[in-house]
Amino acid sequence: MAIPEGGFFPDAVEYGRYGPIFPKTPACYGFTIVAKIIPGREEVFREHGRTLEKAIEEQPHFLAPLQLHYLRWVLFEIEGATYFMYQGIFDTDFDKYTEDAVELFSQSGISTVFENLEGFPADWKTNPAAFVEFVRAHHRPSFLEYGEYPYVSADEVKKSLRVKALFSDILDQMQ
Amino acid sequence: MLDLDDIQYILLNRAPARAGRYEFLTFDSAAAGRAWLSAMVEQVQSVAAMRASIADEKRWVTLAFTWHGLRALGVDEASLATFPEEFRQGMAARAAILGDTGANHPDHWVGDLTGPELHAIVLLFTRDIADRAHYQEELASIRAGAPGTDLLSAIDVEAIPPFDHAHDHFGYRDQLTNPAIEGSGDEPTPGSGGLLKPGEFILGYPDEVGPPAGLPQPEVLARNGSYMAYRRLQEHVGKFREFLAEHGETPAEQELLAAKLMGRWRSGAPLVLAPDADDPELGADPQRNNDFNYAQDDPHGYAVPLGAHIRRVNPRDTAASINRHRMIRRGATYGPPLPDNAPEDGQERGVAAFLLCASLIRQFEFAQNVWINDKNFHELGNERDPIVGTQDGTLEFKIPTRPIRRRITGLPAFTTVRGGAYFFIPGLAALHWLVAGG
Ligand code: HEM
Repeated sequence: MAIPEGGFFPDAVEYGRYGPIFPKTPACYGFTIVAKIIPGREEVFREHGRTLEKAIEEQPHFLAPLQLHYLRWVLFEIEGATYFMYQGIFDTDFDKYTEDAVELFSQSGISTVFENLEGFPADWKTNPAAFVEFVRAHHRPSFLEYGEYPYVSADEVKKSLRVKALFSDILDQMQ
Repeated sequence: MLDLDDIQYILLNRAPARAGRYEFLTFDSAAAGRAWLSAMVEQVQSVAAMRASIADEKRWVTLAFTWHGLRALGVDEASLATFPEEFRQGMAARAAILGDTGANHPDHWVGDLTGPELHAIVLLFTRDIADRAHYQEELASIRAGAPGTDLLSAIDVEAIPPFDHAHDHFGYRDQLTNPAIEGSGDEPTPGSGGLLKPGEFILGYPDEVGPPAGLPQPEVLARNGSYMAYRRLQEHVGKFREFLAEHGETPAEQELLAAKLMGRWRSGAPLVLAPDADDPELGADPQRNNDFNYAQDDPHGYAVPLGAHIRRVNPRDTAASINRHRMIRRGATYGPPLPDNAPEDGQERGVAAFLLCASLIRQFEFAQNVWINDKNFHELGNERDPIVGTQDGTLEFKIPTRPIRRRITGLPAFTTVRGGAYFFIPGLAALHWLVAGG
């Protein structure tokens, strides 16, 4: 699906509580946040990666409230400065569960990574509007999105996998 | 500790009232508004005063203001700018977010509630209709004594028979759930989720995540205040009964369908605890009628459909950070009851409700935008709240049943929004501060 410049289809803009909602495409909802990191903080980002990995090991469904497919964290350089790209693919618009996400991320150990970006609001934990403003200001909308299995939700995928597992159990028992 | 002497009673108590009246006011000038307020302030009960006088009291008064109303009373621009954006904009400007489109759009609202001239609301509750007539006169004479304070509109509310329990025009028992607040003296009934931090509802106290933050300024104005969303929701009783008759062959099937839309039998009995047959005793018993959850008790919605009203507006243990999205509910029915078996008579009737919370955007607007009107809530795909969602006849309602689910398509709108506004309910000290001109 080709998306107009700016990220919205002008005739079909839906409004969320914090502003217009970026449209759903065959690749679901999502965002691509690109922001400059505070110089010298690369290692903090990598440490964050390990912390989050551990949190998920301990609580595999920790991020379930966000209705996610994938999250990707990337660091890259442009002309000597380090940038951070955070891309998420969701089944719901981020606007809807903003406060819940802020709460999840402000739980111990996970709070830190955005704080290492230039211009990130210091009061983000108690000011979801400022958090959203930062996200919106640094979101780079796609001009094209593709899904090999268009519009399928993570929940449907998980359900199909359960059915498949069940089915192979049945087949095993029929041997 | 909560300042029970300062918080307006309505935040923590329901008046034992069968009648009431809401008056919507405008002030010509700050002087007019303050003159009126200085007389009215004596009428307003704090929580402590209300509790102490409840046996003899005949009328209960609450005052609240729109953002334009605070400005009209002379609150300065620096202070006005510290109020949250959604409150500054007002409910009508948030229509797209709230789902107030089509027939629900503010263009069709009644009572002159959408413009900047709406400044204040007076909520009067009385024991009965005769008392209302009396105290309504008193309110009118206070207004007459403060020229330049004018009535934009008013709505009379009253309970409908039978009077032995609170219920709406569709016949559902109401006022069963109520968040219990730490320090209020209230005990949560079994199953209603424990004591909530006062900052979720009253400004100036810790909330579920920590100490108060981002309060409007000055502190004297904000402290012990709260926000209140007003919704005047017309109920199309004829259409509702026709729908039940069309989709249920026997009276028993119709009752079950009514229960599935709500998540409770009309008696109040929760479907999770009484899935197959009504149990009016259970419905009336506060020790039992909230004692349920969804994740364990009914994960797939065989008892309460995932899209039923009470499962949307409080998904209990199936939502993230549930305690950040709770609301205090107040209000009453308005308009004449439609007798059983009578055809729709075209008269307006419904509920004139208030949702109270510390953050309109996180609590009331979240409930409207996500829980009530997200078509894909719980992956439902093509549904909105069957009682209060924005319905245009194209959506459906799914009722999980074994072996195959029932799917009702073309759901009509049983309710229409006829008015609404956002108000700030100051504490008593803040009311006096407003009288003094800030
Ligand atoms: C005509 C409109 C409405 C009707 C007839 C209605 C009816 C009811 C009834 C019968 C109950 C169950 C009784 C109880 O739990 O006390 C209920 C619960 C509730 N309603 Fe509504 N309601 C309406 C509008 C709304 C709106 C607009 C909201 C919020 C924006 C809302 C939020 C709630 C909440 C939070 C509960 C408690 C659910 C729980 O804790 O389990 N209602 N409603």
